[in-house]
Amino acid sequence: MGMRCLAEGRGAYCQEAQRPIIEPGLSRAFRSAVWRRGSSALPSPAGKAGRACLQAQAAMNCRSEVLEVSVEGRQIEEAMLAVLHTILLHRSTGKFHYKKEGTYSIGTVGTQDVDCDFIDFTYARVSSEELDRALRKAVGEFKDALRNSGSEGVGQICLEFYQKKKSRWPFSDECIPWEVWTIKVNVVNLANEQERQICREKVGEKLCEKLINIVEVMNRHEYLPKMPTQSEVDNVFDTGLKDVQPYLYKVSYQITDSLGSSVTTTMRRLIKDTLAL
Amino acid sequence: MDTDLSSQDRKDLDKFIKFFALKTVQVIVQARLGEKICTRSSSSPTGSDWFNLAIKDIPEVTHEAKKALSGQLPAVGRSMCVEISLKTSEGDSMELEIWCLEMNEKCDKEIKVSYTVYNRLSLLLKSLLAITRVTPAYRLSRKQGHEYVILYRIYFGEVQLSGLGEGFQTVRVGTVGTPLGTITLSCAYRINLAFMSTRQFERTPPIMGIIIDHFVDRPYPSSSPMHPCNYRTTGEDNGATYPSVEDSQEVCTTSFSTSPPSQCVFTVTKAHFQTPPPVVMDTLKVPMMGLAFSHQVGCSSFLLLHPLFALSSSRLSYQPAALGVGSADMGYPVIFAGGLNAAHPHQLIVPGKEGGVPPVPSQPAHGTQADHERMVMCTPLDGALYSAATPSSSEDTETVSNSSEGKSASPHDLLETIFVRKVGAFVNKPINQVTMASLDIPFAMFAPKNVELEDNDPMVNPPDSPDAESPLQGSLHSEGSSGSSAGNTHDDFVMVDFKPAFSKDDILPMDLGTFYREFQNPPQLSSLSIDIGAQSMAEDLDSLPEKLAVHEKNVKEFDAFVETLQ
Repeated sequence: MGMRCLAEGRGAYCQEAQRPIIEPGLSRAFRSAVWRRGSSALPSPAGKAGRACLQAQAAMNCRSEVLEVSVEGRQIEEAMLAVLHTILLHRSTGKFHYKKEGTYSIGTVGTQDVDCDFIDFTYARVSSEELDRALRKAVGEFKDALRNSGSEGVGQICLEFYQKKKSRWPFSDECIPWEVWTIKVNVVNLANEQERQICREKVGEKLCEKLINIVEVMNRHEYLPKMPTQSEVDNVFDTGLKDVQPYLYKVSYQITDSLGSSVTTTMRRLIKDTLAL
Repeated sequence: MDTDLSSQDRKDLDKFIKFFALKTVQVIVQARLGEKICTRSSSSPTGSDWFNLAIKDIPEVTHEAKKALSGQLPAVGRSMCVEISLKTSEGDSMELEIWCLEMNEKCDKEIKVSYTVYNRLSLLLKSLLAITRVTPAYRLSRKQGHEYVILYRIYFGEVQLSGLGEGFQTVRVGTVGTPLGTITLSCAYRINLAFMSTRQFERTPPIMGIIIDHFVDRPYPSSSPMHPCNYRTTGEDNGATYPSVEDSQEVCTTSFSTSPPSQCVFTVTKAHFQTPPPVVMDTLKVPMMGLAFSHQVGCSSFLLLHPLFALSSSRLSYQPAALGVGSADMGYPVIFAGGLNAAHPHQLIVPGKEGGVPPVPSQPAHGTQADHERMVMCTPLDGALYSAATPSSSEDTETVSNSSEGKSASPHDLLETIFVRKVGAFVNKPINQVTMASLDIPFAMFAPKNVELEDNDPMVNPPDSPDAESPLQGSLHSEGSSGSSAGNTHDDFVMVDFKPAFSKDDILPMDLGTFYREFQNPPQLSSLSIDIGAQSMAEDLDSLPEKLAVHEKNVKEFDAFVETLQ
C-alpha cells in the first residue's frame, strides 16, 4: 500500500519508509517525512504506518459511513469542504480547561455560514480559521490529485476519527479509529453553461441530502470516546488548535485511475506522534 | 416517574430543556433572517453560552419564545413549534416550515443528566444549525426583501401541519433521550411551493397564476438588513411591540402548478380577505399555447407560471389590489383568461365608473354598458406582451378577455353586456379617463387590416346559441377560431371595435388605426413591383449588350479612375 505522508503539526513529523513500491498503476512514490519528538529522531520501521493503518481499519467499534457525490470539477472543493466541515462541526467541542479535582470547563464553539460560489448551497462551519485552513489544504490536495489522475475523475476522501492508545515502550501508539467517513467523488464534465447551471442546483440539493444523512448518523448517539482526563486528552482530542477542539482526525484520499486499480495516496494530518517513540 | 431522578438532576434537566427550547428558537429564527450568521469561538468559557455554542440571543425572539412557553416545558402533547412562513408584498402568505420540539414518553433512565444529556443537546443544536441551512426555506429567506419577507410564529401545544400543503416532507434533526422522556426535534417543510389556500382549497385543482411585475405605487416596507428586526411576527409590522402569537395571517392565496403549457386548467376562484371561504367559481379547460396561467380575482396576486419560475424569483411585487398581468421586460406573451366572479364585486372595473364598482359580469344588463362587447385577443405568437394596466387607484382592475366564457349559464344577452377591455401596459391613468364608450385599446396598431364590422362580427352579435366555451377559446387561441367569420388567418386577432390608444382624429382625416395599417409595411420597392418589374427586366436584359459595349469603350477612363483611387 503506497502512502504519502504530509507532515504537519507543531514540531511533529512523520517518517516512513522511503522505498517506493513500484506496482502497475501506481504512479506516486513514497515520500518520507521525519518524526521527531524532542531531540530524538528515529526512523520507524518500514511499513509501520501501513500496518498501523491496516490495523486501524480492522479495529472493532469503528463505524463507517459512505457518501457519494457527483460534482463538476470546480465544485469539488466546496462540496468536500461542506461535508467535512459539517462532520467536524458535530465532532468538535470547545477547548477544555481542566481545573483541579478533575473537573473541566469547556470553551465555546462559534459557527459561521459559508456560501458556496459554484454550488447553490450554504453550510455552517465551526468558526476556526486553523481548522478551515487544515481542511482546505487537505481538500486542495485531493482536488489536485483528482484532476491530475486522468480522465476518470473518481476518487474518495476519507475523514477518520481515531483515538490514540498508548502502548508501552517499545511499541508505539496505536491509532484506533472509531468513525470513518468516506466520501466518494465522481467528477463529471459538462459541456455548456446551461448544464452547469443545472448542475449548480442539483449538486446543491444533493448536498442537502448528504447533510441530512450526516445529521442522522450523528444523532444516533453511538459510540463516542469517553471524555478524557487531563493526561489523556491528547489521545482523544486535537488540542493543537487555539479555539476549538475537534476529536483527533485525519484526512486521506484515494484516487482511482483509469486503469481501475487503486492508487492509494494517503495524506495524513497527524497531530501527535503515532509512530515515533 | 421521576423518583429516580434526584431533585438536582430534575432541576438541571428542566433548565436544560428550557434553554434548549430557547436556543432552538434562536437558531431557527436567525437562520431565516436572510443573513449569514457568524459567531466567534472562544476558548475561555464565558459561562453564558449554553451548550458550549455561541448562539446569539435576539431579545425579541427570546421574549416571544418565553411568552409562547409561558413557563411550561415541552411535554407529551405539548410541543413547541416554530412556524416559518412567507408573506409577499401583496399580502399573500404561505407556511413554509414547522419546526417542532416534542417530547415523548420514552424515558432513558440511565442517562446522566448533567453530562450526557447536556452534550447531546449540544450536538442536537449543532445539527439544527446544519439542517436550518439545508431546507428549501433557507434559500428563500436569503432572498427575502422587497418582494416578500419571512415571518415566524411560535406556538405551544399541538402541532398543526395542515398549512404546509400536500406532500410536505419531514426531516428529523435528532433526538435526545432523557430520564423524563425523549426530546425530538424535527422539521416539516413544504415542498410544493405553489400557493395553496390553506382553507377550502384542498380539493380544488391548483391554480396557476401570473406574476405581476411592474412598478407599483406603494412600496412594501422593505426589511433592510441593518434593522435587526428583520423578522416579523405574524401580523405585526413593527418590531417594537410584541403582538399576540395568534395567527392573524390573512389567507388569500392563489395556487398554481406546473402543468404542461399545452393545457391548463383554469379555476376561477374568489378569495377574499376577510370573508368566509372562497368559492370556486368556475373551471375552464382551455388549450393554450405559450404560458399557462389563470388568475384569481380579488385580493390576489398573480404568480407567473413559467418554466423557470421559482418562488424565489424576484418577480413578486406589490400590486395594490389590482389584477394585472405581465411585465414588459419579461417578454413573454401573456394571455388572459377572464374569470369572473359573480359574487365578488371587485372583480371587474368598468372603465369610466368611478368608485370602482364594476359590473358584475354574470349579471346581465348593466345599465351603462349595454351593447359593448369587445374582445381583444392577443396572440402569443407575435411576442407582444399585453398587460393590464394597473390604474393608480387602488381599485381592482380586471382584464378580461371574454367574460361570458365558462359560465355555463351565461345567457345570451350576457354577451352583449360584457365587455372586454384592455388597457395598455403601464398606463397609469385614473379610471375615470377610461370610459366605456371610448375604450382605449392599446396596441391598436397591431390590429389587423381588415376589421370586422361590428354587425358581422359574431362576437358582438353572437349567434343565438352561443357556445360558452368558444369565446374564451377564441380569446386564447391565436388562430382565428374566435368565431370571426372572416377567418383572418393571417391576422392574429380581431378587433371588433377599436379605438387606438391616445388617438384623436382631429387632424388627420383617417384615424390612427387606419393610418397604421396602411403604412404598416414599407412601400414596395418600385423595382420590385410587378407591373414595372416584369417589363424592366426584359428591357434590362435586352439592353445589356449595348451597355456592355458602351462600357468597353470607356474602359480606359474606368482604369484611370481606378488608378486614382489606389
